[in-house]
Amino acid sequence: MADTHGRGGVTTYRPSNGVARAAAAGPAWWSARRRERLLRLAFLLPAVAYLLAFFGYPVAQNVVMAFQHYTTATFYTGEAPWVGLANYAAVVGSPVFAKALLNTALFTLGSIAGQFVIGLAIAVFFRRQFPLSRVLRSLLLLPWLVPLIVSGAVWRWILDQDNGVLNRFLGALHLVDRPGWLTSTSLALIAVILVNIWIGIPFNTTILYGGLQDIPEELYEAAAMDGATGWRAFRYVTWPLLRPVVNVVLVLGVVYTIKVLDIILGLTGGGPANATQTIATQSYQLSFQQFDFGQGAALGNILIVISLVFALFYLRASRGAVRG
Amino acid sequence: MARRGAGLASRAWATATALIVTVGLAACGGGTGPSANVTSLRVLDYYNNEPDRTVYARMLDACGQQNGVKIEREIVPGANLIAKVLQQASSRTLPDVLMLDNPDLQQIAATGALSPISDFGLSTDGYAEGVVSASTYQGQVFGLQPVTNTIGLFYNETMLAQAGVTPPRTWDELKAAAAKLTSGSRYGVAFSAPANYEGTWQFLPFMWSNGGDEKNLASPEVAQALQLWVDLVNSGSASRSVLNWTQADVNEQFMAGNAAMMVNGPWQFPLLNKTANLKYAVVPIPAPRAGATVVAPLGGETWTIPRTGDKGRQAKAAKIVECLNSDANQLSLGKQRTTVPTKTGLRNQFAAEVPEMKAFTEAVQTARARTGELGADWPKAATKIYTAVQTALTGGATPEQALRQAQNG
Repeated sequence: MADTHGRGGVTTYRPSNGVARAAAAGPAWWSARRRERLLRLAFLLPAVAYLLAFFGYPVAQNVVMAFQHYTTATFYTGEAPWVGLANYAAVVGSPVFAKALLNTALFTLGSIAGQFVIGLAIAVFFRRQFPLSRVLRSLLLLPWLVPLIVSGAVWRWILDQDNGVLNRFLGALHLVDRPGWLTSTSLALIAVILVNIWIGIPFNTTILYGGLQDIPEELYEAAAMDGATGWRAFRYVTWPLLRPVVNVVLVLGVVYTIKVLDIILGLTGGGPANATQTIATQSYQLSFQQFDFGQGAALGNILIVISLVFALFYLRASRGAVRG
Repeated sequence: MARRGAGLASRAWATATALIVTVGLAACGGGTGPSANVTSLRVLDYYNNEPDRTVYARMLDACGQQNGVKIEREIVPGANLIAKVLQQASSRTLPDVLMLDNPDLQQIAATGALSPISDFGLSTDGYAEGVVSASTYQGQVFGLQPVTNTIGLFYNETMLAQAGVTPPRTWDELKAAAAKLTSGSRYGVAFSAPANYEGTWQFLPFMWSNGGDEKNLASPEVAQALQLWVDLVNSGSASRSVLNWTQADVNEQFMAGNAAMMVNGPWQFPLLNKTANLKYAVVPIPAPRAGATVVAPLGGETWTIPRTGDKGRQAKAAKIVECLNSDANQLSLGKQRTTVPTKTGLRNQFAAEVPEMKAFTEAVQTARARTGELGADWPKAATKIYTAVQTALTGGATPEQALRQAQNG
């Protein structure tokens, strides 16, 4: 406050300044502050306009759509009869919903747990500098750079029951007899989660590695003098200092994973017999294969609400990270 | 209140898109001239692979030339076509000539965005009944389909000869042949049963030939057809991977010699003919009993005339659709794209000229359109069918139970 006063005071001494002229109508410091505030708002304007146009409008449209009987005809006629909660009742009452919800939860939890643990292990490993460590670290980003459709196709080929690389390998070791990774209802979800873990590792490693770089080396030296090395150094130095970053990684991971669509469509299409059907794939099928855009939107909104809950966690966690 | 809000919103969206498209067109130097003097027509289709891409490019250009217009053709990938058409329908930027996959026609006709072909003096006289039913919505015909296709049973001649097996004509023969042809890592038969419409499409000839109907899936006829597939997989004559194989995957298995027979369509001919040392032939899908009629599903695309609001352009567009469907062009498309002409009068000539298409030409005579009965409600039924097929094949339920669940779900 005091600072603003001071700056406002300085402005009034400039005779040709517009603010000085405006000052005739009221106290000088007030106008200056107002001008600055308007200026700040003007800087905000592009961002706000962008958010409203590209995030606000689609979300609002999606919310409205879920209350309408929105079909292919709507695109031409613009007519979408209001149906209240009928779309929500239909999608929640459908026999697939409970399964899709459970699959979504398992898929998200399984993916996050795997991605995070492996990602953290790799990040900690790369804290040590060794020959070629930089090259290897950049190679780790590869799964992130390959288009998901391509990784989906390659993994389908790897996981094929009869001629897939994985089953050929397992067969050569005489471990198991050709499990149907993508064709068995008990294995398909696990296979899809494993592929998604593979895709998510680079993201987790990158962010966690960044967090590790911020932990001062002296702390480890001091801890080593007190006898804390290896696991104990991780437990008492790395982990507590990494916590804010961990929170951010986990929450972002959940928000990204809960809506995963392409990798499941590419691997199994939600099958076999809905074994890998999630809320996201179900929403896609309702909208773009059965052309019931209202019901598709209803499922999409349910997903948005779940994501929002985690987004709130994220906001709290990232505030914690800034303070930390 | 909310309805009006949505209307306004979609109109605003439409205007925005229209603006972008107009600017885009102006930049291309095309522009839309007065209706009296139509110099070019916009065509949209999904033939993005060879040979279809070039075959249609030549034919469209030739038809354009005959009618004194330049063809501005846009090709999108098959999976994106409907989204594109819906976007264009809402922004009133539909092309002058629009190609649609035949089971999608009624869905798009239901929007009101298409003109009935009778408005332009076109008729479906002489066309196969099943093909016409796919292009018909509420009693009016909205498209003309020059060629169609369906699926048949491909077999490896060398493998069948070695095993002393003749191509199966009934379900019992199919089971016996498949069992006999299965040895080592080779399966007797391969088909496609994934969790999408491809799985439904492949199951239909078995379901329909046995008297099954999409209006009531919980019938013994449908269950028997599904039992056949379950038996083939459970006996080991077909791989359990059929649950995740597309028709292209099935073709690869066949080409690699991992399957002695397969259910597939004539669009695989170019790839199969390129495979060295592969001798194969095609017969119609086996019937439930000797003498029973095989009812296969009709494939292929239909050409429509969207309501662009410009009478002159629409009249020209109708001329293009008519030209694509001329006798000569139906035969030419049939030969070049290994598909079957839809005019029944051309069948004998075609079968004589293209003997490799014999099995398909035969099957098309009695084939049915997927949307013939349920129209725009077909997608829901198709989803139920592939879900039931997958449930039974994974052993989650007996065919009867799986179909009952699907019917009620």
